[in-house]
Amino acid sequence: MSEAAALPALFKSGDPVKVRFAHPPGHVRTPYYIRGHTGVIERLCGNYPNPEELAYARSGRPTQPLYRVRFLQREIWPDYSGSHTDTVDVEIYQHWLQPA
Amino acid sequence: MATDHDHADHDDHDHPHPHPTRPDDDGALSYYQAMEVAVRELLIDKGILSADDVRRQVEDMDNRTPARGAKVVARAWVDPQFKARLLAEGNPAVEEVGLDRGPYKLVVVENTPDVHNVIVCTLCSCYPRWLLGLPPDWYKSRSYRSRMVREPRVVLREFGLDLPDNVAVRVHDSTADMRYLVLPMRPAGTEHLSEEQLAALVGRDAMVGVAVPAKS
Amino acid sequence: MAHDPAHSHHDMGGLPAGAVEATEHDYAIWEKRVDALMVLLSRKDCQHMTVDELRRNIESLGAEAYDKLTYYERWMHAISQTLIQRGVIGIDELGRKIADVEQRAARGEL
Repeated sequence: MSEAAALPALFKSGDPVKVRFAHPPGHVRTPYYIRGHTGVIERLCGNYPNPEELAYARSGRPTQPLYRVRFLQREIWPDYSGSHTDTVDVEIYQHWLQPA
Repeated sequence: MATDHDHADHDDHDHPHPHPTRPDDDGALSYYQAMEVAVRELLIDKGILSADDVRRQVEDMDNRTPARGAKVVARAWVDPQFKARLLAEGNPAVEEVGLDRGPYKLVVVENTPDVHNVIVCTLCSCYPRWLLGLPPDWYKSRSYRSRMVREPRVVLREFGLDLPDNVAVRVHDSTADMRYLVLPMRPAGTEHLSEEQLAALVGRDAMVGVAVPAKS
Repeated sequence: MAHDPAHSHHDMGGLPAGAVEATEHDYAIWEKRVDALMVLLSRKDCQHMTVDELRRNIESLGAEAYDKLTYYERWMHAISQTLIQRGVIGIDELGRKIADVEQRAARGEL
């Protein structure tokens, strides 16, 4: 098999990233509410097989870097009523992220 | 008594009622109960698993209670080096207190005077089961999953936890391969307690983040 | 509320909903067995399903079934769908076995 075993990480802690605004049918682990939003890489979690493919009993290889990305709540929800420092951290696979 | 209507989930309606154990009884099986028996028997016939495997796995899960997670928390409270290791890499640290490292990568998030953490899985019900046991119904409910990311402070207030604005609320949406445990703050006035006594103060809800441990 | 086909029904983060009822129930034996089946089948030394297939099959239930079925009913649906998709069990044999189980239950033999 000629595919790479693991894709290299493109981002590191502190990098600003934007979540792609896309809505593929099928199994997706990037929640709708976060698509299109900009956050900051909190950490690289490691490489994991792609769940979108695993969901169809395929290998999910090459493995994808998975990140925890931190978003400011006040930037996600127009009517957010909590503190301006409140955040939501979401695990997002690299192929959903672009540099911001 | 909750037997006049036949459902378990509370995703869509709003009248509270108690939910005691619902025993398997009287030979009247629902479609999915019959399917469970059928699939299990077929898998056993095919040698894919055994009746013993199923029995053992049910027992294993029954034995997993939040006391496991509490052990980890109590150790972190008394041992700052352990706490540092736990926050850096959850799985090997959990093994130090005699627990299995678990099938998923564990991220432990620490409550401080400035930050309160709370866990949700908006997409399904991801939960650190090997440390806390099976998740409660409310964790899997539509209300919790929809609203905790959007209005965490309001939901926390519904759980009786009112946080001032100078404490940042950090919600973790468990969307992929990580599993989360909240490391609550050690209550004041507990300096004299043993590690075992400290663990007894830590309930499941505090490790999910919808509560904080009380002093006693 | 208009249904947006791009927004999957299970993907509910941020949507309006009622108060959280902090109720819970002790799991019935059959529910624990469903859970056990999932754990056993997805173990590395068994590998007859993945949690991802479980989730995909739950997500494709459709809104009404997703809301009306209980948590472990959704799991049981997804487990049998995955096993059928993978060819581990056949539909006909499953149907016959379910009928057999129902008859035994009615005779009090379960």
